[in-house]
Amino acid sequence: MTDTSATLVQGTLDMLILKTLVLEPLHGWGISQRIQQLSRGVFEVNPGSLFPAFRRLERAGLLECEWRTSENNRRAKYYSLTKAGRQKLRSETQEWERQVAAIARILETAS
Amino acid sequence: MGLWTNLSAGLRGLVRKHQAEQELDDELRDFLEKSAAEKMRAGMAREKARRAARLEMGGVEAVKENVRSASWETHLESLWSDLRFGARLLRFNPVFAGAAILSLALGIGANTAIFQLLDAVRLRTLPVKNPQEIARVAIDKRTGASGDFTSRYSDLTYSMWLEIHAQQRAFSNLFAWSPAQFNIAPSGEVHSVQGLWVSGEFFQTLGLEPALGRFLNSADDTPGCAPGGAVISYSFWQHEFGGDRSVIGRAFTLNRLPFEIIGVAPADFYGVEVGRYFDVAVPLCTEPAIMGEDSQMKIRSGWWLASMGRLKPGWTIQRATSQLQAISPALFEATLPADYNPESTKHFLANRLGAFSADSGVSDLRKDYEHPLWLLLALAALVLLIASANLANLMLARASAREKEMGLRMAVGASRSRLIRQLLAESLLLAAVGAVLGALLAHNLSQLLVASLSTQHDPLFVALGTDWRVFGFTAVLAVLTCIFFGLAPAVRATSVSPGVVLKEGSRGTTEGHGRFGFRRILVVSQIALSLTLLVGALLFARSLAKLTAVETGFRQTGILVTDIDFSSLKLSGERRISFGNELLSRIRAIPGVENAATAETVPLSGNGEFHDILPGISDPPTEQNPVSAFNHVSPGFFQTLQTPLLAGRDFNDHDVAGSPLVAIVNETMARQVFKTSNPVGTMFRVRRLSKISGPFEIVGLVKDTKYGDLREEPLQIVYLPLLESPRPDQDSQILIRSRLPLPELTSAVKDAASSAHPGLDLTFFSFPTLIEEGLLRDRLMAKLSGFFGVLAVLLAVIGLYGVISYMVARRRNEIGIRMSLGAGRGAIIALVLRESFWLLSIGLSLGIALSLAASRAAASLLFGLKPHDAATFIMATVILATIALVASYIPALRASRLDPMDALRNE
Repeated sequence: MTDTSATLVQGTLDMLILKTLVLEPLHGWGISQRIQQLSRGVFEVNPGSLFPAFRRLERAGLLECEWRTSENNRRAKYYSLTKAGRQKLRSETQEWERQVAAIARILETAS
Repeated sequence: MGLWTNLSAGLRGLVRKHQAEQELDDELRDFLEKSAAEKMRAGMAREKARRAARLEMGGVEAVKENVRSASWETHLESLWSDLRFGARLLRFNPVFAGAAILSLALGIGANTAIFQLLDAVRLRTLPVKNPQEIARVAIDKRTGASGDFTSRYSDLTYSMWLEIHAQQRAFSNLFAWSPAQFNIAPSGEVHSVQGLWVSGEFFQTLGLEPALGRFLNSADDTPGCAPGGAVISYSFWQHEFGGDRSVIGRAFTLNRLPFEIIGVAPADFYGVEVGRYFDVAVPLCTEPAIMGEDSQMKIRSGWWLASMGRLKPGWTIQRATSQLQAISPALFEATLPADYNPESTKHFLANRLGAFSADSGVSDLRKDYEHPLWLLLALAALVLLIASANLANLMLARASAREKEMGLRMAVGASRSRLIRQLLAESLLLAAVGAVLGALLAHNLSQLLVASLSTQHDPLFVALGTDWRVFGFTAVLAVLTCIFFGLAPAVRATSVSPGVVLKEGSRGTTEGHGRFGFRRILVVSQIALSLTLLVGALLFARSLAKLTAVETGFRQTGILVTDIDFSSLKLSGERRISFGNELLSRIRAIPGVENAATAETVPLSGNGEFHDILPGISDPPTEQNPVSAFNHVSPGFFQTLQTPLLAGRDFNDHDVAGSPLVAIVNETMARQVFKTSNPVGTMFRVRRLSKISGPFEIVGLVKDTKYGDLREEPLQIVYLPLLESPRPDQDSQILIRSRLPLPELTSAVKDAASSAHPGLDLTFFSFPTLIEEGLLRDRLMAKLSGFFGVLAVLLAVIGLYGVISYMVARRRNEIGIRMSLGAGRGAIIALVLRESFWLLSIGLSLGIALSLAASRAAASLLFGLKPHDAATFIMATVILATIALVASYIPALRASRLDPMDALRNE
């Protein structure tokens, strides 16, 4: 909705989705809301790329899903992390931090 | 794990497609509702919130499509639906589909058939254990060997084989073998089968397992053995004995001698000679018993054996060769034939043995046909290329008809790659159906090819099979043609800009200049390639024509050759001559026989005899004595063949043993050896190995005739009276000139022979047939290249016609304007023909350049003309140009008959 929403760095969407699911299983809307909240509105995720990402992660065995009845008594699809998903998130996070630190160092020396 | 989850989830998605779609729907709807609810909480009105949520998502269908494309099964599904769509389009267009599939099937079929033959005679290894260890032992670059050469593989003499067997160190096992023909009829008319003489190690070396019974072994092959055990081939077992398992121990005869079946060879083993087969294999040691006085084993200068062995572990061909070379000097010293003269002795002792790779066996068929087959494969590939170009042209035409559809689909969001995939699916379908039909066709075509090379006297057998190589070849061919004729048009068809197409939609034509240019390139290359094929076809046809018109020096038509074998009578040398004479006079006495004569060597039969000539009465032999071909003939030989006697006299019945020695020579002999145009009265002597005979007095001079084959330059030939023959045969080859119908003549000859002695073996063949069989390869090349040439020209002309018609259709307007401005019919025709003239001249010039480069490959197969024969090139160019111009005259004429008003109104 906001025009200030930034485009995601390529390849980071998968990591963000995994991260939102660390605490509890969520449905699609919940995941998109959580990403928006956690990023304080900087990232707004388009459903057009969100749902294909779910399918991709599910196929890679990083997510599992189940149908639950949600608050208003409607069926909703809830995603949760698998063991492999948790591992993947850990390694991705480490790698991300390493890269960010490196980039930060470069930017510092350059200035 | 990930792969497995992906695979099983994908399969589940495929099987329960409906449920998966439903779940995706539910999930998205749930998302939308939650999104809308959120907006309503923020104060938006219900309807407005829903709309906003939907807008944010950006199209439910697009999201779904994105989700689907994240899973592989979708691609499979879309391929399937593309194929179905393609099949439907083709069904609506049966003429196009039929023409496309037929041309692909023919093209792929011809290519596969030829490749299948090549695979069988060249690429495949022998069906034996570890074929790469098998090597052949032979003399490396043999020069000046003398003696009798009686086998297709006359590598060694018997005494050489014994020495090699005893002294070699490179092979764990070594065997000798020789092909033979045996008569298995116990009496009466001859029934020939293909035989093998094999030394005891044959089957063991090859590492074969008998299908039944046991194989011959070293104990069966002891010098001086009596006829005994024989191994039969699987196919012989099947068709002669119906696969009867009690056949072991059964007695039968070979050349009237008793043998016993001890085993059956495995089904896929046809011998070590590719292109031939064997029915019966017998031990080498039975050769003297079977051949009697004609046995080669006893003659030290009889070359009749070939040898192969299995290399010891760690031994390479090079190492084996150096060991064989090391033992060579002593070996040749020890096996020197006693009757060699000083020159042949020198040559013989200089020989060195070597080992040669034989993992795919040996084959004279391969030697004769490998090069022609590769050439034919290249020709067939060109035809397929031209056919694919035609298809590409047709696909392009279809693509421009579907331009609007493509533009529309791209406008509503279809990706270009998706459209290309869909168009390619259609081509893939065509290529696949064409390839399957082609593979079926290929099987029959290759059988037909082998059958056309096989003759009654020289039966061939090629184990044609579809192995992975043939299968791969066909598959690759199908994929390549599909890409060639499908990809380019698909890329072109989708390179439209939706805006342009839709705007110009009402008109239905676009400024597709580039597309039209591509079609021109296709047609130009078709013309160039088909000119090359046409040149090839004409070269082979003219070469064959020259061969059949070649001056043989005799008239072969109307001559029947009969071979009367009287070896069963066991006559002594002198009696053979008189018995042969008696047979000849009985045949001459048959009413309706104009002439008959006996000859030891039937011209052009492939047999021959060569000896040294010593001019004068007593000149000593030198190193440079001329060599001449020899023939022993009865009186009347020249008259029967209608070879002109230029001077002197023919032989007569007084030229017998004991009378003065006489000879007749041909023109080349007179000119080159005796340096005179009339050598009658000249004396010379003859040296057979070390034995000198003569002097002979020349009593006659005859015109030059062909001796061994039609391609040879005139040879020096000496004719001697049959009645003076030093080694009379146990059979008579009688040439009979008669106007009687063939069946009548053969039965009369049979009667005449049995009146001389009942139960003689007779074989007949017509002399013209014998000569034709010598041209088998030339005939094959002429026929196939002619077929390919006609096909190529036809395809290219269709292509040109299509492009010119398309051009006329596209320029209707312009033509209409020109006509209304006063252009005459002639001007319009010229306008259209100018276009085809340009295409044609570029195509033809490229074609001539290509043909000049390509025809060199045919040089060794041509007779009497050079590969860049100017007349052939002119002929081909004129033929192609004429046909092409006629084909483009039709659309030109149609253009000139346009009604200008109509053309303009329809704009």
